[in-house]
Amino acid sequence: MTLILTALLGRLPIGYLQLTHNPGRLMAALAGVAFANVLVFVQLGLAGSMLESVATPYRLFQPGLMMISASGAQTLSDASKIPRQWMIRALAHPDVEGGKEIYLGQAKWLSGQQTSSSIQFIALNPDAVDFVRHDLSTPLSGLALEDSALVDLRTRFIDMGVFENTSPDAAITFEMQNRQLRAVGSVTIGGGFGGDGVFLVSDQTFFRLFPQRSSAAPNHILLKIRPGANHDKVAGELAQLFPADTVRVRPITSAMAEEQRYQMTERPTGLIFAFGVGIGLLVGVVIAYQVLATDVADHIREYATFKAMGYRMNFFVSVILEEALILAAIGFWPGLAFSQLFYMALAHLTNIPIFMTSERAVAIFVGTVAACALSGLMAIRKLKAADPAELF
Amino acid sequence: MMDDAPIIIEGLDHTFGEGEAGKQVLFGIDLRVERGSLTVLMGPSGSGKTTLLTLMGCLRDVQAGSARLLGTELNGADEETQVLLRRRLGFVFQAHNLHESLNARQNVLMGLQVHGRGEPGRHHLAASHLLETLGLGARMDYLPANLSGGQKQRVAIARALVSNPEVIFADEPTAALDKTSGLAAVTLLRDLGRLRGTTTVMVTHDPRILELADSIVTLEDGAIVRNETLARAG
Repeated sequence: MTLILTALLGRLPIGYLQLTHNPGRLMAALAGVAFANVLVFVQLGLAGSMLESVATPYRLFQPGLMMISASGAQTLSDASKIPRQWMIRALAHPDVEGGKEIYLGQAKWLSGQQTSSSIQFIALNPDAVDFVRHDLSTPLSGLALEDSALVDLRTRFIDMGVFENTSPDAAITFEMQNRQLRAVGSVTIGGGFGGDGVFLVSDQTFFRLFPQRSSAAPNHILLKIRPGANHDKVAGELAQLFPADTVRVRPITSAMAEEQRYQMTERPTGLIFAFGVGIGLLVGVVIAYQVLATDVADHIREYATFKAMGYRMNFFVSVILEEALILAAIGFWPGLAFSQLFYMALAHLTNIPIFMTSERAVAIFVGTVAACALSGLMAIRKLKAADPAELF
Repeated sequence: MMDDAPIIIEGLDHTFGEGEAGKQVLFGIDLRVERGSLTVLMGPSGSGKTTLLTLMGCLRDVQAGSARLLGTELNGADEETQVLLRRRLGFVFQAHNLHESLNARQNVLMGLQVHGRGEPGRHHLAASHLLETLGLGARMDYLPANLSGGQKQRVAIARALVSNPEVIFADEPTAALDKTSGLAAVTLLRDLGRLRGTTTVMVTHDPRILELADSIVTLEDGAIVRNETLARAG
């Protein structure tokens, strides 16, 4: 390793030799960097999981436009009700080929073991096959049967294994909202931070489950746009038809991005995750700084000797950055491995969509390198104490 | 005609601290050190010999008077000038100041590396050759912790000599050594210096060293009170 680093650096790898000279301190330093990495990975993993759970319901639908009440436009699930008649007005636009209402409701599903799951119902007309993604077209048609539902196989707290092979011919009956529902198929969505699972039902089934709801007041309206038309442009033109403070019209992708941004920047959970990431980075910087500053202090006479020999400041900077980069490069891997295990355990226990992405791993590696380099640059200030005149 | 002496000092004063808290430690020092000579600075503690050594070695800024090192005036010399001058010098400290993480050969290589990447093979060869000359051929891969005091000091001497410095400054290089090792180390410095034309300036309290010196400069209370040049045979 020394030879390789010597060839790479064009000088003796003083930083590497210093670090490996004291294995105990090196291990402690690597454990510290790995720990900081785990902190950041966990926070970003949870944040990513939240964004994923926000995005999943939007991905049930084909690209198009979504109308939502302006008073509850931040999230899909908290949407206020809007008048269905607005859909009729939107349909008058030449680039709008069709529209369908979406109804949302929340209900508890009690299992036999006295546990319950909070289920988000998404209801739409079984004829709306052109509005949902292709793999849902056929199952959606099956919802035309009275009191049928597509159940979420990733629903938390309930063993969903028995529902895996359900179909209209092999339906399983269960009870919710004091009604018998028949599972005629399944979807894989998973719970998020606002619920434990998502069930799809027809609008007619929905009104039987939630009798207080009216078909005239859906939560969202999906609009199918003529192929080739510009979604943003059509959305802008439709928005002109309605008072700005009553309804918002956006492409579904924009609605999803806006909700993700809202969850991350305005909701407490997003801010907590951001705070956690900041704390993780701070812990990493402090640990790396402590290690590097101690190392500089321990070698102050040697550094002073090198100064007396004519070494310039950039040599010392390169030595300390070399140490910082070695700490980052080695400390990252155990952090990554522990985080991967943590993700797997968390996904298994909570069913939230938490998983490692290469983008996140690369970003955290770069962040680790940057944090360690920053610590190194801070530790360099200690070198001012290396006065060669004091050696005599 | 240019003066060949590597060190010429005229009217050098030095003060630590400022204002009323200031304490002058050197007073009007005049000194000339000839090329290839071994000059010993002597004097009681606090006489200013170490301060003089650090001023000559570009390790402190010259405040008043003139100090010419290898033809360059140090009074007013900027940092870059000082760094470049230091690269033409060698230092041997009382405490060897070897890097604990580097083995003997790597410590010596640091004396060459300061001059740039060079040719690694040649650097290795030069460091190994010098260590063998100093009787450390079998200890090249030893860390300082595994070397005796005398061996460490010889590694420090090798580090100072490996780049063929024009002047070597040594501060009590024998203080941590027994009689035999101490004399051997200074003899080595003197002989290698003569072989290469290197000038050596050494602070010492060790009377045994005086026998090897070409000139002995004695300081008291920040002033030179005696400057003897000794005639040497051979």
